[in-house]
Amino acid sequence: MRESDKHDVDSAPVVDRREFLKISGAVVVGIGVGNIAAGQAQGGLQRGLVSGPPDPAAIDSYLAVHANNTASIYLGYVDLGQGGPTALCQVAADELDLDFTQVSIVRNDTFMSTNGFTAASRTAGIGGVETRVAAAEARRVLLGLASERLNAPVQELTVAKGVVSVKIAPQRSVTYGELLGDKPFNRKFEPVRFNQLGEAMPRTGADIAPLKPSSEYRIVGTRVPRPDMLDKVRGTYEYMQHVRVPGMLHGRVVWPQGQVAGAVSPPKVVGIDESSIKDIPGVRIVRRQNFVGVVAEREWDAVRASRQLKVTWEAFPAVLPGHEGIHDSFRQATTRDIVVFNSGDANAAFNQPGLRVASATYRGPYEAHGTMAPNCALADIKADSATVTSSSQSLFQIRDTVAQLTGVPADKVRVQYYPGSNTYGLSCYTDVAEAAAIMSKEIGTPVRVQLSRQDEFGWDNYGPAHLADMRGAVDANGKLVAFEYQAWGYDGNGVGTASRLLALGVPQGGGRGSAGGAAAGPGGGASGVAQGGNLVGGLYQIRISQNDMYDVPSRRLIEHRLDGRGYLKLGPLRAPLDPPYFFAQEGMIDELAHLAKLDPWEFRKRNISNPRWLGVLEAAANAAKWTPRVAASNVSSARVVTGRGIAVGTHHLHPNQGDRVTFAAAVVEVEVNKDNGRVIAKHVYGAMDCGLAINPGIVESQIVGMSVHGTSLALKEELQFSQTNVTSLDWNSYQTLRCGEAPDVTPIVVQRLNEKSTGAGEEVLPAVVGAIGNAFFDATGVRLRQFPLTPRRVLATLKSAGA
Amino acid sequence: MAELQLQVNGKRSTLNVDPATPLLYVLTDDLALKGPRFGCGLGQCGCCSVLADGLEIRSCITPVSRVAGKSLTTLEGLPAYYAARMKVTPAPELHPLQQAMIAEQAVQCGYCYNGQIIKGAELLFKTPQPTEAQIRTAMNGHICRCGTYPRIVAAIHRAAKEMAEANRA
Repeated sequence: MRESDKHDVDSAPVVDRREFLKISGAVVVGIGVGNIAAGQAQGGLQRGLVSGPPDPAAIDSYLAVHANNTASIYLGYVDLGQGGPTALCQVAADELDLDFTQVSIVRNDTFMSTNGFTAASRTAGIGGVETRVAAAEARRVLLGLASERLNAPVQELTVAKGVVSVKIAPQRSVTYGELLGDKPFNRKFEPVRFNQLGEAMPRTGADIAPLKPSSEYRIVGTRVPRPDMLDKVRGTYEYMQHVRVPGMLHGRVVWPQGQVAGAVSPPKVVGIDESSIKDIPGVRIVRRQNFVGVVAEREWDAVRASRQLKVTWEAFPAVLPGHEGIHDSFRQATTRDIVVFNSGDANAAFNQPGLRVASATYRGPYEAHGTMAPNCALADIKADSATVTSSSQSLFQIRDTVAQLTGVPADKVRVQYYPGSNTYGLSCYTDVAEAAAIMSKEIGTPVRVQLSRQDEFGWDNYGPAHLADMRGAVDANGKLVAFEYQAWGYDGNGVGTASRLLALGVPQGGGRGSAGGAAAGPGGGASGVAQGGNLVGGLYQIRISQNDMYDVPSRRLIEHRLDGRGYLKLGPLRAPLDPPYFFAQEGMIDELAHLAKLDPWEFRKRNISNPRWLGVLEAAANAAKWTPRVAASNVSSARVVTGRGIAVGTHHLHPNQGDRVTFAAAVVEVEVNKDNGRVIAKHVYGAMDCGLAINPGIVESQIVGMSVHGTSLALKEELQFSQTNVTSLDWNSYQTLRCGEAPDVTPIVVQRLNEKSTGAGEEVLPAVVGAIGNAFFDATGVRLRQFPLTPRRVLATLKSAGA
Repeated sequence: MAELQLQVNGKRSTLNVDPATPLLYVLTDDLALKGPRFGCGLGQCGCCSVLADGLEIRSCITPVSRVAGKSLTTLEGLPAYYAARMKVTPAPELHPLQQAMIAEQAVQCGYCYNGQIIKGAELLFKTPQPTEAQIRTAMNGHICRCGTYPRIVAAIHRAAKEMAEANRA
């Protein structure tokens, strides 16, 4: 790897051979396709390296065809470890009539890629559409060229593996590479535009290339193995954490141990005792206002200097409610109350005679992203240009924030993607890229900053705590009559990133809008959306308000929005707010089923008419060999008892994802030990209908991962904080599910070849959390309405119920 | 600073380092290895695991001076170490567990897989036919936030089976 090239703006793009390795079935042989790497480099050069995003109406912005008859795609969706780009290669290969092995993705780079924002299950749902349309347009151009070359009308041509031939005279043929190899298309087309809901708008022009019908898919819908796995198992995959450049120094930040209420009072440095690190030669301290970092030639010197450096901070304000007091503090807070939805007359509906009514309060905690790899970034800030490597979900957002912090014009900032570990939303990748930029600018050399585990946990953008007052009514026939959801939560994030808070001294953005606000960038209309925004506001204008999950005549949704500025950094965390939402909703549905003396699946069947919701419920229930009975009808006095729960789930996005809805359901079997309070999920059956599953194998992998992650949320994860600081700083003080207690998982993909792909990375997660809550009730006859279901909480709940 | 001799993946290197430096930084910065990687620096997660004389250790909390004289194996060197220890010729490109991880399509982000494979390989050396409970106990100290545990367990079962079949053949 040419390390020196990586930070030279004028150099060839960094291409990564591993992207082009393909695993053939179960036979593990690395086929190093070096000529593809060479072709890609040429493709990039021929198109030129210019600050993006590129013209969304130009074919050359999306893909290039190389002389060796392969293609590269330049889409801005990154691989967060979940395999999304593999699916995009499948889409491109199918539409271009290439083999999967003939298509690869260029490393994401703001000087090469389109402006994708890899979040919220957008890769398949939006990136897939962009890929398919651009590939179809490219194929049309290539067929036009072939028609001239072969002197035959387009309709008499056929294509296989990038070889165009005359149907009745196959010996007359030409390859894509011969037609256009490494030359630009120079062709505009009408790109797909997406409305605020993320729905693809119909294209208006008559001159558009037709898309293949699903009956002609050859690669889409099949289980292509992920091409990244070989390098990942043999230790040759290059993560962000591995990137090094010549002349680079190692940097570490010195932030307060555990985030404080930064929006109330940004941390202030009172003094730095430089003598505290005098035994470590060559370390330099970087300070910009209250941002403190250390840099050193050797990484270990930077690490120990960051631990050893004595920084005195002004006393932190003791204003946090503590993790135990968070929900009570919601009740006492001043809120902005909004009736988001009110259908029918809920009050009158609840007062009808003959109904069974249930009401209860459900609670969910703050949670951390808990990335396996604390975030890392490398920045080389020069006077008039900058290069940054980052594992951000939005490279253009990193470009803009680095430009603001360093004064380098945005179009002179080049950001390249290297994968980190899983992120599952806004972990500290922006914070660390900014830290690297601040330190490189001060020191004048490239600086690589690796956050510590404590930095990452302590300054994460947490998934916010949630409080839900639920009320529901059911009639004598087991039909839902009225449903009310009152939600308490923060109205966004008022802190921004740690680096900005410390270096600029002011909280960012006000009550709403979070660190990701600048994501779209100019020209990013095709694929950029602002990240963050108000996490609570709008989130609940969801299925409860659209009559396609439960059929309820009267429903009401009220939000009690708290000013978020006083508390902690918040940010989207895989299926933002859906776990507490579905824990509450599906818990209340279960309570109503129990009041109606109906089996929980039967109750859902009576109250759902949309066949796709019914489809995933049936798939999960059948896999679990569900036999009908009322919940908690088998409660025993044994000390270790078992139960099962069922729930639906999806991912709610703001702006509401419109027709990009994925349907999920889960059945979970649990074991509850009444002596030690331990709950173990023994088996999760997770079913998902994400429309057309481009790669059912990858979707199954996602279901497995979400089932385990959901179990971890339901049983383990809870951020701890005192009145002044976050105190969950490592894997002991932030618990996560481990192998010993992991459930077996049966993943079920409900394939819908003729429906649009809607995303598959988030939706089973909340269903699992809901199903575990319901399974606990089935096992014990006691409802625990706060997750995680920790031993302490379980024992207290069982004790107060006399069970 | 002191001169230290390290043996990693069968190769000897002489290094001039602070003997208190955690082994991880020597492996990643001085020897440019990509298998062991930083996850917590606290010995809690297992991303940094390597084998020292065949036993799994956490390189992020092990001073480099403590492993001088030991034979270290990182993920990169695992197939060769396996071949030498199990007397398999020619040495396979991958350890059976690496093969099994691909066959199960277990990996997602893969960041923890250095440790998952190193620990799983250690288990299979010690206990060639582990039970489900033995696997779960052995792997409990290796966190995977992608939630791939069920497939890791399946891959270890698969590798054990394939190693047994290879032995018979």
